[in-house]
Amino acid sequence: MSVSPSLTGSPDLMATQPLLRAEGVSILYGSTVAVSNVFLDIFKHQITAFIGPSGCGKSTLLRCFNRTNDLIPGAKVKGNITFQGIDLYAKHVDPVEVRRRIGMVFQKPNPFPKSIYNNIAFGARINGYQGDMDELVEKSLTRAALWDEVKDKLKESGLSLSGGQQQRLCIARAIAVQPEVILMDEPCSALDPISTLRIEELMQELKEQYTIVIVTHNMQQASRVSDKTAFFNAAETEQGGKQGYLVEFDDTVNIFTNPREDYTRDYVSGRFG
Amino acid sequence: MAEMYAPADARRRFFGGVMTALVVGCTLIALIPLIAILLNVFIKGGGRLDTAVFTELPPPPLVKGGGLRNAFFGTLITLSIGSLLSVPLGILTAIYTVEFGQGTKAATIVRFCTNVLSGVPSIIAGLFAYGVVVLTTGKFSAVAGGVALSVLMVPIVVRTVEEGLKSIPREIRLASIGVGANDFQTVSRVVLPAVLPFIATGVTLSLARAAGETAPLLFTALFSQFGFNGAWAPVATLSVLIYNFAISPYQNQQELAWVASFVVILLILFISIVSRYLTRRTVF
Ligand SMILES: Nc1ncnc2c1ncn2[C@@H]1O[C@H](COP(=O)(O)OP(=O)(O)OP(=O)(O)O)[C@@H](O)[C@H]1O
Ligand SMILES: [Mg+2]
Repeated sequence: MSVSPSLTGSPDLMATQPLLRAEGVSILYGSTVAVSNVFLDIFKHQITAFIGPSGCGKSTLLRCFNRTNDLIPGAKVKGNITFQGIDLYAKHVDPVEVRRRIGMVFQKPNPFPKSIYNNIAFGARINGYQGDMDELVEKSLTRAALWDEVKDKLKESGLSLSGGQQQRLCIARAIAVQPEVILMDEPCSALDPISTLRIEELMQELKEQYTIVIVTHNMQQASRVSDKTAFFNAAETEQGGKQGYLVEFDDTVNIFTNPREDYTRDYVSGRFG
Repeated sequence: MAEMYAPADARRRFFGGVMTALVVGCTLIALIPLIAILLNVFIKGGGRLDTAVFTELPPPPLVKGGGLRNAFFGTLITLSIGSLLSVPLGILTAIYTVEFGQGTKAATIVRFCTNVLSGVPSIIAGLFAYGVVVLTTGKFSAVAGGVALSVLMVPIVVRTVEEGLKSIPREIRLASIGVGANDFQTVSRVVLPAVLPFIATGVTLSLARAAGETAPLLFTALFSQFGFNGAWAPVATLSVLIYNFAISPYQNQQELAWVASFVVILLILFISIVSRYLTRRTVF
């Protein structure tokens, strides 16, 4: 199988240190390898998109960047993941602190069984937020394009919202704790085109302050919003199972107009499989 | 097409009708004993229910009137002691087996033990409390009764809370962890509030079970003719009073036993309604 760790970027960014770096990362569930040998650099104030067919391990890899995989029984991470040069999996590193600084929006909307207001306020409170909570709630919901729909029912349960509204609530919740990096796993898969556009605008806005990694199945979205794109694929192993690997990682423009691998060209132009 | 399906349709409707009648019939049969008991207790015990029942002590034999003050408050006290011991212990045990010990040997052993405990005859729970509390303190007491009841209550609380914890999707825990909560914050501020209805159900079920128990109280809380005399003194309870008075030859005492039965049923009903009211909003 072809694993091509591609670290090419625009020269000015090459000069700066990557914020997050994966070196030879493999992830196992039990004894089956889900993703193997990934080399990847994520730079500050950029949007990095993960694309690839279903089941190739995009979510799995994304979860490694803030140690959410720690909570999945049987999941094991091999290789090295560093954040600002620090090994995220080193003994002295506190996973709770890692997740405070690297936030996550999950593939399935998962609001807390709490009021809409408290869904946002919870994270801020446990992180010791001192400012005006009402203001933070309104600001976060507005940025996630949800405020107008929920401003009159902040006391109602987050679970009473529609799937798409729940997902925007989860986005609002993630940005309310102001992490340095936001990992988004298909944040728009349950959203209508208008909300999707709002979320994409939000990402552009957030990029000034934060760093974003987004998993998406929407090629237009990847090409519209991201600076860098990683294309993953799954290959048959000798045992007959599937194993995800990184095919190509490059500037988004290159991936979509001039990819090095034929696989990538086929996938982004919709001629895959 | 229509006539092709007509015979099958009629047969199916006939079968459906027969089965529905069968199910309704079985339900009615199952309800008969329940309704018969409730009616009987209501007729025999409901008539004498007045304020004297809650303010006066049971009279000596051959004296008319009187009430159940000592037994009523004694039941509330032993139940409170039982809950105070069993509810925190039960909730913490469930949190351990589901949240932290999931899949470990220790959790499996704990779960096995609670299952065994829930099958223990209530008189054994009484013997346990007799051995542990009565013999060591040298006296029968409300505390000993509460300990005996808590042994019966713990497995019920553990099981219902475990069910509740398991019904909470893992994604919710991931979400909490994802905004930077630690395990304690996740359990105490996200998971536990979400299982409140289950906790209330567990407490209600265990109270309902304990409120009617006589055997574990017979040689722990014993009985007392007088009002409440401290947690370390013997105390009267409704169930033991029913046991004593039901076999008494005096009519007034027999009547009081019926009233006590009615009061126990009302108490359980009241506990159920309150817990329902407190947990109306279901979460998932
Ligand atoms: N909790 C888990 N336990 C065991 N195996 C898992 C678990 N989660 C994912 N996997 C396996 O890991 C592989 C990669 O899954 P993953 O969810 O990362 O794919 P994905 O690229 O995100 O797919 P999709 O685009 O459909 O979301 C799959 O083969 C899946 O079966
Ligand atoms: Mg996924």
